[in-house]
Amino acid sequence: MMPRMVRAGAVMVGLLAGAARLSAQTLRVPYTTFTLPNGLQVLLHEDHSVPVVAVNTWYHVGSSDERAGRTGFAHLFEHIMFMGSAHVPTGEFDRLLEAAGADNNGSTTEDRTNYYEDGPANALPLMLYLDSDRLGFLLPEITADKVDIQRGVVQNERRQSYENRPYGLAQENILDRLYPPNHPYHWPVIGSMQDLQAATLEDVRRFFQTYYTPNNATVAIAGDISPRDARALVERYFGDIPRGPAVTRTPPPAVHLTAGVAAVLEDRVQLPRVYDAWHTVKAFADDDAVLDVVANVLAGGRSSRLYRRLVYELQIATDVAAFQDGSRIDGKFEIFATARPGHELAELQRVIDEELEKLAAEGPTAREVERARNTFEAQFLSRMERVGGFGGKADQLNFYNYFVGSPDYFQKDLDRYGRVTAAGVQRAVKTYLTGAHRVVLSVVPQGKPELGVKP
Amino acid sequence: MSPRRRVAAIALAVLASARLAAQVVDRTKPPALTPLPPLKLPTVQTATLPNGLTLAVVEMHKVPVVDVQVLVDAGAARDPGDLPGLATFTALMLEQGAGTRGALAVADEAAFLGAQLNTTATLDGAVASLHVPRRRLEAALDLLADVVLRPSFPDSEVARQRELRGAQLVQQRDEPVAVANIAFPAIVYGPGHPYGHPLNGTDAATAALTRDRVAAFYRSYYRPNAARMLIVGDITLAQARGLLAARFGAWEQGDVPGLAGGSAPAPATRAVYLIDKPGAAQSVIRIGHVGPARSTPDWYALEVLNTILGGAFTSRLNQNLRETHGYTYGAFSQFAARRLAGAFVALASVVTAKTDSSLVEFLKELRRIRDEPVPDPELAKAKAYLTLGLPGDFETTVGTAGRFREVLSYALPLDYYDRYVDRIGAVTAADVQRVARQYIDPDHFDIVVVGDKAHIEAGIRALNEGPIVYRDLWGQEIK
Repeated sequence: MMPRMVRAGAVMVGLLAGAARLSAQTLRVPYTTFTLPNGLQVLLHEDHSVPVVAVNTWYHVGSSDERAGRTGFAHLFEHIMFMGSAHVPTGEFDRLLEAAGADNNGSTTEDRTNYYEDGPANALPLMLYLDSDRLGFLLPEITADKVDIQRGVVQNERRQSYENRPYGLAQENILDRLYPPNHPYHWPVIGSMQDLQAATLEDVRRFFQTYYTPNNATVAIAGDISPRDARALVERYFGDIPRGPAVTRTPPPAVHLTAGVAAVLEDRVQLPRVYDAWHTVKAFADDDAVLDVVANVLAGGRSSRLYRRLVYELQIATDVAAFQDGSRIDGKFEIFATARPGHELAELQRVIDEELEKLAAEGPTAREVERARNTFEAQFLSRMERVGGFGGKADQLNFYNYFVGSPDYFQKDLDRYGRVTAAGVQRAVKTYLTGAHRVVLSVVPQGKPELGVKP
Repeated sequence: MSPRRRVAAIALAVLASARLAAQVVDRTKPPALTPLPPLKLPTVQTATLPNGLTLAVVEMHKVPVVDVQVLVDAGAARDPGDLPGLATFTALMLEQGAGTRGALAVADEAAFLGAQLNTTATLDGAVASLHVPRRRLEAALDLLADVVLRPSFPDSEVARQRELRGAQLVQQRDEPVAVANIAFPAIVYGPGHPYGHPLNGTDAATAALTRDRVAAFYRSYYRPNAARMLIVGDITLAQARGLLAARFGAWEQGDVPGLAGGSAPAPATRAVYLIDKPGAAQSVIRIGHVGPARSTPDWYALEVLNTILGGAFTSRLNQNLRETHGYTYGAFSQFAARRLAGAFVALASVVTAKTDSSLVEFLKELRRIRDEPVPDPELAKAKAYLTLGLPGDFETTVGTAGRFREVLSYALPLDYYDRYVDRIGAVTAADVQRVARQYIDPDHFDIVVVGDKAHIEAGIRALNEGPIVYRDLWGQEIK
């Protein structure tokens, strides 16, 4: 029984979700949509199989919207959204929901911040009352003391999930080298300790007024609902909240590495680990799904190529992983592997490079591609079971709506994987994952930088 | 102990407004909620194969997927004294070659079918689980039957997994939370109790793992008369019985020895067990002692108690340590559901500089829950949280399987959840205080802290809450 430890999963990698088609069956998530005069977009989906309802709100703001010296602020702000609003004293948000049998949480990525409430179907008015109050009336209730409390919580989240976890600081070291300082993906969602320390009540006010507006949000409501009643409730609770200024963003600079970058990070670990990271493509770009298949062929489970070579046959690594991480502005591909006692990262890196070259030269087998497709298909299908939570149907409607402008994109998303071919996998490996243009980060025991992979 | 839900008559259930249209919103108080319809949960049906294997089937037809769990009475509590980690290793080895397939071919076949196949063991049992699209169920069950009934335990694979586990044990020592989770039971139960050793064994035991020991453990405990199968999803009882009889009907019975109870050491006087992690950014805290078995009739009162104390976000520990003081990202507590006496534990990871202050707040809350009756609104909230959300736990096949797995593993009645709401509803403030006094005993807490000794020791000593005892990364005395 460990409920909501997490209020904010800083990094939500590879949101691969939704529905699925198995053989002739096409799964859909039918929805209706409307937009209030103040700009709030609403998505409604009926699923009466279980008497529960999920309210899922996306604010179109993430860590990529932070300014210099305030990294981590979007996520800190997410925490402050739970600290009460004009008609809901501090602590009541959670207490009222629990007393109605409901759960709630929030999370922040580079691109967006989401919040959900899941609970019995009769709790919908309460959920909308609470969500509308913090959208319309947050600032009167937020004080410097409350910012301080959540600053402490978030700093402890950083300690718990990153600093006190072996290899936990690897990702921010990769981002730092993969993206130039003026790129909005240069820093991690969790932010730096110093920047979290620097955040002020004035920052809260400005951020709220800029980004927490009905016209910068979308609410998805899924489950055992009557669309007519749900719409009336939304109109009732959100209708009087004024529209805010339009959000404008400057286009990010184009990014590419002109040469390989090698870096070493000393950590409180005994076994060194090597990370390779490349720029690839953003979410839903042409090769995004192809690269998911590449990751699966390379390191998806014990039948994958890198697992077989590194962990099973040569027994020089304890683990290996690979993933394509397509975000809204850009994407990256990563591979990491941890050395066994007595083995060096250079050995691991040599094998990783051999396997990449082999895949680029020969392509995958037909069975490997089909296996990956079947794996994705099954994952899509299982996601259809749940309306709430992170990755449930309400969250996915918001995800597709924001990323591709079409909420019921479940089948089309899955179809991308159906179109992946062996030749496509081969081409993607050649295009993105060969050549010197990558970040190679070695995480090594303290005082032993010489264990890092040499450039 | 499971999370959450549903109570029949709680304050919030009142009438709602029928006309919602465009009147001015009253934000001065939360909206009244309509009453919930009567609770309706999925039902479980059972059948028994001629070889004694019990099947429990829950039909859920919304999405064409099926979740299958083979629950075997072969948990780590069965580990022989000289070979801790054997049960989890045996479960792991089931997948490393079975039927006509080698280790990689088993993994390849599962992935090809889009099936998630896992074999693991906890203290109280081993589980082989399968989650698969319905249209590939037959082929996936063929594979599952191979894994459970015909594992080959090749010497080469035993050696390979033994080496891998050895390296993983090295990695585990770098992870402060993993260290705390091993040290706490080692200290609370001691070496003589079936729950006192690490699930994945020790360095020495890992080196001593052999094919013979794995095969002997498998022969002793993997028997249909000591197993149950749970099937949840897009399938009927008749279909399930047919598919499983064909694949598991030939599983041979055997005499499975009973589980030795063991005995926990007499509760020791409160002490702080300090495990040094130089440079740690946080201190990982575990506070507790041996508690009751899952079968205790006090379980309902304990669930309510724990929800008030540390089972939910608004529970006292989290409100105090996180939301009031900001010392941690989360503070919680639990009574572990176990066949033998499970442990009570309160836990958090706290910033190093506030380790002593955090212990003060922990002890304050753990004493207060005994000393003062719980106020009515807090009691009502906890009972509502446990009961009102119950249907949500049965939304997915995996969620439903999890709840019924608890029923099967602890031999609860099959209609357990139908009676759950009433049982939780009957818990009073006096019950909560009684079980708090009976099952939470601050005078005998083992307080385990994994952190940077140089920075936390003086502060802990100044609390004067008991002697400081130094332990190694396994929770053992330092020689």
